[in-house]
Amino acid sequence: MRNFVLLILALLPLTGLAQPWEDQRVFNPSGTEGPVRILSSTDTTIFAPVLDQFLSRNPTVVIEYLVTGTADIDRRFRADPRAFDVVISSAMDLQLKLANDGLAWQLRNVSHPDWAQWRQSLFAFTSEPATIVINRQAFAGHPIPKSRQDLIQALRARPETFQGRVGTYDVRQSGLGYLFATQDARASETYWRLMEVMGSLDMRLYCCSGDMIDDLADGTIAVAYNVLGSYAEARVEDKDTIEIILPSDFPTTMMRTALVSANAPQPDLATSFVRHLITHRPQAGEDDFMLPALTPHDNGHDRAVIPLEPALLTFLDALKRRKFLAEWEDAVIQP
Amino acid sequence: MTARPPVSGSLRNRLVLTLIGGAAVLTVLLFFTVRNYATQIAQQGQDNILGASAAAILDSASIRDGQIDVDIPYSAFSMLATPSDDCVFYAIYQDDVFLSGYKALVPERGASDRGGVYKTATFEGMEVRLVTVSRTLIGAEQRRQLHVVLAQTQDALSETLDQISRNAALLGVGFFSLAVLLSVWATSTTIGPLKRLADSVTRRGPQDLSPFAKPVPSEMVPLVSSLNSLMGRLDQSLGQSEDFIAEAAHRVRTPLATVRSYAEATLQRVDREENRNAVRSMIRAIDESSRAASQLLDHAMITFRADHLDRQTIDLGELVGELVTRLTPLAEMKDLELNLRAEKGVVCSGDPILIQNAVRNLIDNALKYSPSESSVDIVIAAEPRPHVCISDQGPGFPPDEVGKLAARFARGRNAEGTIGSGLGLTIAEDVATAHGGELTLSNLAGGGACVTLSF
Ligand SMILES: Nc1ncnc2c1ncn2[C@@H]1O[C@H](COP(=O)(O)OP(=O)(O)OP(=O)(O)O)[C@@H](O)[C@H]1O
Ligand SMILES: [Mg+2]
Repeated sequence: MRNFVLLILALLPLTGLAQPWEDQRVFNPSGTEGPVRILSSTDTTIFAPVLDQFLSRNPTVVIEYLVTGTADIDRRFRADPRAFDVVISSAMDLQLKLANDGLAWQLRNVSHPDWAQWRQSLFAFTSEPATIVINRQAFAGHPIPKSRQDLIQALRARPETFQGRVGTYDVRQSGLGYLFATQDARASETYWRLMEVMGSLDMRLYCCSGDMIDDLADGTIAVAYNVLGSYAEARVEDKDTIEIILPSDFPTTMMRTALVSANAPQPDLATSFVRHLITHRPQAGEDDFMLPALTPHDNGHDRAVIPLEPALLTFLDALKRRKFLAEWEDAVIQP
Repeated sequence: MTARPPVSGSLRNRLVLTLIGGAAVLTVLLFFTVRNYATQIAQQGQDNILGASAAAILDSASIRDGQIDVDIPYSAFSMLATPSDDCVFYAIYQDDVFLSGYKALVPERGASDRGGVYKTATFEGMEVRLVTVSRTLIGAEQRRQLHVVLAQTQDALSETLDQISRNAALLGVGFFSLAVLLSVWATSTTIGPLKRLADSVTRRGPQDLSPFAKPVPSEMVPLVSSLNSLMGRLDQSLGQSEDFIAEAAHRVRTPLATVRSYAEATLQRVDREENRNAVRSMIRAIDESSRAASQLLDHAMITFRADHLDRQTIDLGELVGELVTRLTPLAEMKDLELNLRAEKGVVCSGDPILIQNAVRNLIDNALKYSPSESSVDIVIAAEPRPHVCISDQGPGFPPDEVGKLAARFARGRNAEGTIGSGLGLTIAEDVATAHGGELTLSNLAGGGACVTLSF
């Protein structure tokens, strides 16, 4: 009887209470090693080429790929760090805090540029700018906005067109949305004015990029703010319906990062996977992997990425977060 | 030549070891001083940044609507970025109530508005440097104490320290090698004058007892001046004894010669046979004494000179030839013939006065102990060693006494009736020994003595 209770208790986190995964796939199920459990915020379809390439070199390995939102990743991983081998997320701040809190394994002898890794435990492998994605139809006959300022003017000029048809992350739910919002707010006052304008248009808030891009593609919304352009491009089949705008006023560029859990059940496989991930360069003609690779950072012309440094912890502070969210809600949610 | 004095250690080694030992101690001291100092500075650097960062957080606090509001500035954590990506932990407490950050981080007691408290501690298994700062916030009707604890791992610091240690070690090694070179050099320059003095003493000829005039370091002045005074005294006493010998010879021989001439004169005037015999015995005794005196003095002179051998390069043929010329009249008086057969250019190194004296004694013996109308052969040859060989046609040495004849005052049976003191062969042998050579006595197969003096 007692054993039965214990069994139920043990299974609880796996079944009942846990939220379902956005996606959950086992690659190479017939393999003998592993499984390597990868907790990721990147859609399976987008990430599959990397996994396949790794598996073609390590055919005996089984990979379990689990997709969920960035904030949920943080929650789940902190709840049970022993259950996962690799954590891949676009929320740099949450990832950095995981590494800072000693939850990431320090890999020795990984040669990766200094700016693209932190403490030999957190490794960046893409650099992806936040963009404004618009549905072309809504802008037919009107100039395409080039910056946030342009967007504010466009929205103000035609409120009837955009009423209820603008969207961005719900920063209270999305880790990446919160990162972009805080970095924008740090960079310029424009962010708050944009939020006020979008708020006045009864903006839609999304937990995850997927839903937002889908809504944009089918015309439910006309403007999505702070979406990863590359991600949108990868997800939307008909490329002509949308246009991806890199705001010219100031850039906010995120690096997708990976870490090996300090308590990984498969530390060696996890380490070799992360090594593969950061050294993977798409071969010529092998453009399946649609996330933009890291660009040489040190030439000053590139759009600056959010640096991997302890300052990322600032907005994760409970008091700071409460204050920021209060301000954000003030701006966005208007009576 | 002279016995080696007992050795106790070496000045050079002692000096080198002391200097190198000193340098080693200094090096270790230098290493630790530099490292400690650098560690302090590096630690101070980290503390300053931590302090500034914590102060920035503290500064951002305010009381709004009776609630404490802390708005951590982005720069506060930004300034904590290090090349080694050190971890950062913080906690904010209001009075004793935890507000935000890492709950496991507890503020240190003792922080006040005036200054923070720094401490090295372990947090979550990592060594961290920790600062606690605090500030009193005054609101509408309450005062609140706000504490900020900020901790940072020390990876960058320890990397810096490793580097500093490596550099300090390099510095130490450099310093030490330089010190070793310097001490070896310093030692040899210090020992140098001593060695030069020893060399110049060794190089001096036996007669050179003049004082040392070359300048020496002041520490060596006592040594050199006592050496000089010792040599002065030696020179003086040597001079005195040489003078004494000459003086003594003179003092003994002159009165003896006078007595002898009186005795000769008396012999002319005395007619009675028994008186004449008595005077003859007297003259003979006088001759014996005179001979003994002069041989004794020669022997003394030879002993003295042999101690301070004054070596020169000598042509044996020339030297002996001169002697033979001088002795020829004496030989003719006895109807003896002196035959000199000398190889050309037989050279040896030695004291000419001693060698001449030895050879003269040997020729003297040959003249004395061989019958008249015979001849004495003097042969000089270079092989196997430079030697002078004197042979006569007399009776030769009494075979049973040959081994003892070179002893002092030893005379053979055949010498009865001949005037002599028994020192001639002693002198010749002493001279041979002083030159590292030897004197050999033998009899010729066809009769006659054969004496070889080799060098
Ligand atoms: N050429 C020689 N032939 C025979 N006997 C000799 C000869 N030379 C030396 N002797 C023997 O050796 C002895 C020692 O000789 P040595 O020259 O030492 O003393 P000396 O001739 O007696 O005295 P002096 O000191 O006056 O020369 C002599 O007494 C003699 O017996
Ligand atoms: Mg003699």
